[in-house]
Amino acid sequence: MNQYIPKGTAKVSARGLDVFYGDKQALHHIDLDIAAGEVTALIGPSGCGKSTFLRCINRMNDLVEGARVSGTLTLDGNDIHDRRLDVVQLRARVGMVFQKPNPFPKSIYENVAYGPRIHGLARDRAELDEIVMNSLEKAGLLAEVESRLSESGTSLSGGQQQRLCIARAIAVNPEVILMDEPCSALDPIATAKVEELIDELRDNYTIVIVTHSMQQAARVSQRTAFFHLGKLIEVGGTEEIFTNPCEPLTQGYITGRFG
Amino acid sequence: MPTILLTLVLLGLASAAYHLGRGKALSVSADGAPLHSLPRYHGYYVALWCGLPALALLVAWTVLEPQALRALMIAALPPELRGLSSQHLSLVVNEVRNVALHGAQPSSAAVAEAARHYTALSATGSWLLTALCAALAVAGLSWGRSRIHADARMRNAVERVVGVALVACSTVAILTTIGIVLSLIFESLLFFEHVPLHAFLFGTEWSPQMAIRADQVGSSGAFGAVPLFAGTLLISAIALAVAVPLGLLSAIYMSEYAQPRFRAVAKPLLEILAGIPTVVYGFFAVLTISPFLRAVGARLGLGIEAESALAAGLVMGIMIIPFVSSLSDDVINAVPQSLREGALGLGATRSETVIQVVIPAALPGIIGGVLLAASRAIGETMIVVMAAGMAANLTANPFAAVTTVTVQIVTLLVGDQEFDSPKTLAAFALGLVLFCVTLALNIVALHIVNKYREKYD
Ligand SMILES: Nc1ncnc2c1ncn2[C@@H]1O[C@H](COP(=O)(O)OP(=O)(O)OP(=O)(O)O)[C@@H](O)[C@H]1O
Ligand SMILES: [Mg+2]
Repeated sequence: MNQYIPKGTAKVSARGLDVFYGDKQALHHIDLDIAAGEVTALIGPSGCGKSTFLRCINRMNDLVEGARVSGTLTLDGNDIHDRRLDVVQLRARVGMVFQKPNPFPKSIYENVAYGPRIHGLARDRAELDEIVMNSLEKAGLLAEVESRLSESGTSLSGGQQQRLCIARAIAVNPEVILMDEPCSALDPIATAKVEELIDELRDNYTIVIVTHSMQQAARVSQRTAFFHLGKLIEVGGTEEIFTNPCEPLTQGYITGRFG
Repeated sequence: MPTILLTLVLLGLASAAYHLGRGKALSVSADGAPLHSLPRYHGYYVALWCGLPALALLVAWTVLEPQALRALMIAALPPELRGLSSQHLSLVVNEVRNVALHGAQPSSAAVAEAARHYTALSATGSWLLTALCAALAVAGLSWGRSRIHADARMRNAVERVVGVALVACSTVAILTTIGIVLSLIFESLLFFEHVPLHAFLFGTEWSPQMAIRADQVGSSGAFGAVPLFAGTLLISAIALAVAVPLGLLSAIYMSEYAQPRFRAVAKPLLEILAGIPTVVYGFFAVLTISPFLRAVGARLGLGIEAESALAAGLVMGIMIIPFVSSLSDDVINAVPQSLREGALGLGATRSETVIQVVIPAALPGIIGGVLLAASRAIGETMIVVMAAGMAANLTANPFAAVTTVTVQIVTLLVGDQEFDSPKTLAAFALGLVLFCVTLALNIVALHIVNKYREKYD
């Protein structure tokens, strides 16, 4: 049973989305809406297609040899598989944070400045400085790195690196931020910081987060979608999904009976 | 017994020793005592005791036998032969050997007698060796076997032998290197007795021809190596100017843009370039590139000589493309996909990603590849001999004939002068310089790689 969001308020919406890797179908006919200004959590057992769905939204699957997509997926009502759509532009609007922190082997400053630079978001150095500082601030990292902006981004701890990657994504000023298990490589304290950050970012960005932690989904998200074997089983308010799921599969998964 | 046969017999004995040792260990454990080491380690232990000392003796004997035989044979020669100068003596020794080993016709009764003596000596020696080896092997076997008991730490003992064997192998490699360097240094020191160091390093005239006889007209030799260094630099620079852009760009294309199927074909094809014999490149330079350059030069009003640094450098550049491209391709592929996705996910285009993220991340490896290519270029000889000539001109003009360090080493050594003339010794001094430069290149490369290496896990 899927709850569609009233027309017009969905930021991203999938209708009949199928994804194939070669002959293997990874997603079956997904209908899913993602509301603006909310955190949507994607949960489900390993290999059920959560990352695949996430990577469709910024067309990262284009990079995968033999990946094919059919059905429609829209961002603000525009089909993102439209031939006329500029992928580079799309990815500037839809930022992504990966499972493993992947800072560039550049200085902390350059890591954050990279996006604004390639998109020409700053007219001069002062503006660029401002964007960088702002993004670091929003990512809750500024205090820790202010004095060492010229050090390599890879010299930070794992948790700091992940927040650096979030700052890097924010710096481009995207509308949607996709996060694929952003805390799976972090310890509980770093995880708590990132979760706090996600909560703050919710006001300005639409966030989709893949997570294996039920608690995390419950803590940070307003809506939760449950995937199983490439199918969307159920989507609804997080409260509801966790307290009163309609589908037995969902029930089984969140109570830890399988997955 | 011939050495090979003896070796095989020893190996056979060792494998028998293995089974004996293992069998004894098994019977010990069958008696109820828990073994410290697995039975097979007891087997290895006995086999090592059986085989190693005997094989070591065999090796030492094989190395030392010719010297010993020679000394014994000379001692038995009649006095008039023994008193000959060392050069003539070694002629006689050779003749005796030929008679004894290959049945050549002896030129005198004394030689025939010496040959008989030689044959007898080596037959005795052979028997002695066989007997000694057999004795050692059997002694080792029974000693090793006697050490077998339940608590014997055979596993650790075998481990130690493995460690020693590994150290021994690397020691051979290291000692060889040290030996080569030392011989370079000693011969160079001899050279610097004739020619002062500064005259060699900073002199600008190179004409190593020396008068062989006192009455001969000829220069007394000038050993200023600057023209050679300049020539080497010029040609290497041209080669790198060709190889670095072509190699790097093709590596980028193959690793980032090409279809996997294309890459599977193209990469080995490109690597074939490194496998073509350099003589063939030499032909190519002389027969194709040089005339072409000359024709183009004539059109443009440039005087390009038949032998030119440009022709040699261009062809050498093509030769070293694989060094740059193959290594760069490997390091570019080793850049984690997550970095690419990070950049692409921010909305970077493919080329932005490659230039700003992938290449910087791969840079240490790329520089390593370039330096490797550079040392290959500096050491290359054949192409330069054929395409750039031997004239030691001090010039930065790529259209003129130049010569390089390696080419001169060859010309110095193929002459018919004595081995202690400055002309010949100069080759060692040049070799030493070449060695130092290459070493410096490698050290710099390592330093760069270590300094800028990013750790990906
Ligand atoms: N590049 C690929 N090539 C082929 N098959 C793939 C590829 N990526 C994913 N798949 C397949 O698609 C299915 C969904 O994979 P996906 O990565 O989306 O799962 P997931 O839900 O993110 O799992 P996890 O929780 O383990 O990250 C899996 O069966 C997987 O084997
Ligand atoms: Mg995943």
